[in-house]
Amino acid sequence: MHIHINGAEREFPDGSTVADLLTALDTPRQGVAVALDGEVVRRADWPVAVVSDGARLEILTAVQGG
Amino acid sequence: MLDEGDHLVIGDHKLTSRLIIGTGGAGNLSVLERSLVASGTELTTVAMRRADAEGGSGVLELLRRLGITLLPNTAGCRSAAEAVLTARLAREALETDLIKLEVHADDRTLLPDPFETLDAAEALVADGFTVLAYTNDDPVLALRLEEAGCAAVMPLGAPIGTGLGIRNPHNIELIVSRAGVPIILDAGIGTASDATLAMELGCDAVLLSTAVTRAQDPEGMASAMRAAVTAGRLARASGRIPQRFWAQASSPPR
Repeated sequence: MHIHINGAEREFPDGSTVADLLTALDTPRQGVAVALDGEVVRRADWPVAVVSDGARLEILTAVQGG
Repeated sequence: MLDEGDHLVIGDHKLTSRLIIGTGGAGNLSVLERSLVASGTELTTVAMRRADAEGGSGVLELLRRLGITLLPNTAGCRSAAEAVLTARLAREALETDLIKLEVHADDRTLLPDPFETLDAAEALVADGFTVLAYTNDDPVLALRLEEAGCAAVMPLGAPIGTGLGIRNPHNIELIVSRAGVPIILDAGIGTASDATLAMELGCDAVLLSTAVTRAQDPEGMASAMRAAVTAGRLARASGRIPQRFWAQASSPPR
């Protein structure tokens, strides 16, 4: 299935969870947050939140700014 | 004189330093670290960006090591909806209820969009955030933001990054005179005297970034800003003399 992650389209196995995607992307777990189709996915829900085909995932972290 | 316990209180957060530093524009982390230490700041902003963007590495670790409280912002957001989502992501990523709300109207001025800012403030307060709202130097809007439940209101001195100082000191005084929450002068500070003026006008704190990070000697300017904020606070509390048109001798007449 196709997932849009931070604006780029990626291919993942059907039934992947948010946690699976973060592992595949080698994203650090600390200091990041995830929105799935415009809604925040709580950290505790990452292992159970299944991502569907065509979903839009945003993975944000803190950077220097402001 | 100031009391021993002269603290800046924002929501449940109690701070001794009245200087809030932004981390944007710092050349590298070691200069940033020395600047933060020299400034004595206890609260420092970070921006939220896509995790694959550059520049994410190290700043969180640095702030945590220095024991500085994180103040995530919503910089780059153009609408209330975007700002609310960014704030929720910041809360999830950084485990803090603090948010510096900023909704910019356009890239050229980076001025706050008053309508979107007020809408976002209402939504974030309802969602349990401690909201520090970046706003124009508009006394009416400042009151509206306070009424919306913001924990602090942050009027600009001048547009972000201009270093133009406080363009409308009277408006800042008007905002301060009616405020029931801390007023933090944000944006426009160019040099130490601007920070002192903000405090003399009655602001509770100053937030600055570029003035330090892009100074020739960031660490030196951070020290200057720390002294400037302290001087302005003391001067405000000590009651300045009235301004007079004609001279008044300070020595006794013969």
